[in-house]
Amino acid sequence: MKHLLGIEGLGRDEIEHLLDLTDSFVEVSRRRMPKVPALQGRTVTWLFYEDSTRTRLSFEQAAKRLSADTLSFSVSASSVNKGESLRDTVETIEAMGVDAIVVRHRSAGVPHQITKWVSGSVINAGDGWHEHPTQALLDCYTMREHLGGVDGLRIAVVGDVKHSRVARSDAWAFTELGAEVTLVAPPTLLPPSMDGWPVAVSHDLDAVLPKVDVVYLLRMQRERTTEALVPSLREYTARYGLTRSRVDLLGDEAIVMHPGPMNRGVEIAADVADLPRSVVTDQVRNGVAVRMAVLFELLGSGGER
Amino acid sequence: MAERERRSTPPYGGVFHARTQVLDADDVRRAVWRMAHEILERNHGPDQVVLIGLQTGGVTFAEALADALEKIDGARPPLGSLDVAFHRDDIGLRPVLPAAVTDIPVDLTGQVVVLVDDVLFTGRTIRAALDAVHTYGRPQAIQLAVMVDRGHRELPIRPDYVGKNLPTRHDEVVNATLDGVELGEVVKSR
Repeated sequence: MKHLLGIEGLGRDEIEHLLDLTDSFVEVSRRRMPKVPALQGRTVTWLFYEDSTRTRLSFEQAAKRLSADTLSFSVSASSVNKGESLRDTVETIEAMGVDAIVVRHRSAGVPHQITKWVSGSVINAGDGWHEHPTQALLDCYTMREHLGGVDGLRIAVVGDVKHSRVARSDAWAFTELGAEVTLVAPPTLLPPSMDGWPVAVSHDLDAVLPKVDVVYLLRMQRERTTEALVPSLREYTARYGLTRSRVDLLGDEAIVMHPGPMNRGVEIAADVADLPRSVVTDQVRNGVAVRMAVLFELLGSGGER
Repeated sequence: MAERERRSTPPYGGVFHARTQVLDADDVRRAVWRMAHEILERNHGPDQVVLIGLQTGGVTFAEALADALEKIDGARPPLGSLDVAFHRDDIGLRPVLPAAVTDIPVDLTGQVVVLVDDVLFTGRTIRAALDAVHTYGRPQAIQLAVMVDRGHRELPIRPDYVGKNLPTRHDEVVNATLDGVELGEVVKSR
């Protein structure tokens, strides 16, 4: 594997290989000194054209635990503000000699485009409404950890699917690994065409909850109310928020997931986020190990298997 | 582990053909028994001894040594396993993948760590293991037990306990398990 641009197109074997590799890095993370020299002398840099806390920090922690050098770069405080084009920025970074570029951009397809300009590896950390593959991998890993595997699970993905790259990557990953996925959202928050999505759709959260092993809540993007896609956040919460009383509809073993950042009181009630069945902090913790696995696979495993 | 990878990964990949049986299962059992006695003698008993088998070939020998130590002395030492993939010096030169997840059950600080492997060859796996052990604490001492020392060292590393010293050609391959030790070569499958 040279680049990680998306989950779509990865086979089940490749996804499972990355998840298996993650086991070893979870072990590394538990060591007294949680650092291995695997990527010594390699350089990883970040090119984030959108805000991010956890993804950016998580990649940075992953690279450092592998002993890679990291070049920090903040788009908002760079020559991009002087009007430098994406291509010139990328070629400048390339000329300094980096082995991997982690990219987040508001437009779909940018990471793919960058692969044409660089010799190193490109990792997609979120492009527009398209994909966010490492999020999907850490979600799969967290399900494996809590429920023993993804195959055969029934998963509800709830919320703003239309504008969510997480939902897209998750839907591909979950179904590729053998889960049954139901998207739950008001029609205005679903993509205009669901052709080619291997998923079921529902508009009734209460009917879906008793039948699932995982409830995956998407972040409700507050600006969507101004676009009149939902009448109000309160109405959204009333129909699609995971409230305390809705949690009681879930089976005993069912878990609650969220990619963060959470809007407590909107898609998830404040106290629900802190229940034992909510595995949000495990998702964040596993994110580091998953990203170590991805960096090691792209930079350290010596090319073709 | 190096032996195993050499056998199974390109450009070495191929099928192992045994030419000579060097030790049989009884010989291996007796060698393990003797090494267990040597470990006890050298360390004045089993206290503080932690056995760590190197993934994957060393793990069964570490278990066999733990069994032997328990029979001799009544106390079973802590037993762990270590995959050195992320500490190797040839990352990026050839496929390096962890064979199994490392499991170190105790804090190694102040302990006598006995690394256990099937075959000692260039010494590079052991160098990686020495590096890895320090991420789990600061042992009082690290010792090395191998079933077969086949020579051709590329680093200043010497085993403390040896099942069998076996002179080999560089291109030969040694297969050491509890069922016996064989000397042979890898025949290219392609």
